[in-house]
Amino acid sequence: MSELFVSVLDWIAILCILAGAMLSFVAAVGLIRFPDLLSRMHTAAKPQVLGMLLVLLGIGLRIMPVEETGVFDFGTLILVGLFQVITVPVAGHIAARVGYRTGRIRHDLVVTDELEDRLDARRQAERTRQNGGSAP
Amino acid sequence: MNTLWTVTAVLLGVASLLGTARLLMGPSILDRALSVDVLLASALTGLGAYAAFNRDPTILPTLLVLSLLGFVGSISISKFVARRPEEHLRPEETVHPATTEQGESRE
Repeated sequence: MSELFVSVLDWIAILCILAGAMLSFVAAVGLIRFPDLLSRMHTAAKPQVLGMLLVLLGIGLRIMPVEETGVFDFGTLILVGLFQVITVPVAGHIAARVGYRTGRIRHDLVVTDELEDRLDARRQAERTRQNGGSAP
Repeated sequence: MNTLWTVTAVLLGVASLLGTARLLMGPSILDRALSVDVLLASALTGLGAYAAFNRDPTILPTLLVLSLLGFVGSISISKFVARRPEEHLRPEETVHPATTEQGESRE
């Protein structure tokens, strides 16, 4: 490949990696500044998905010009990206759910709380059932 | 171009410091787990930047291991907290009786 092409690829790669590092920094600042668990989780997910994908793209663009076989490395990059995209939402969902269930959520900061309504309705139904259906 | 690599390294270093600060301060165990996740993301980005800087593909499997390790760690901490809801709460943490009443029930 020509020198110019490699140079252009390098510049794109460094810009991608810089963007990933900036997302990481932004997540850390949000971790310090934000008031409760849910809003901290909101910023913490950015470098885990978007930042990671940008960094993987940068690695791929950097390694591509010097690569001969190209099979193993790009396979690893794609696997890392795939695992991040699949696992980060699952982990975030479980952490938020546990936080809510154990009362670590600041309810004054939650604008819409549909789970609360559903839990109320269910508690009401169970209370009615326990009283033999007589009490309202 | 060297300047941009340096800026990347500095950003990651400051991000790790701030994440460590939240790890030390964090009011609840879930905050600490979250900051460990962010630290792990910084480590992944740093290793990736290293691999890209040296054009060295040999440490890419490490990225795979770290990403799966972060997933397993965060899930297991969450499950650990879910099983024993009250014991890990400190007095200054607010407990809402409406939500803790049912503990970890299915919804």
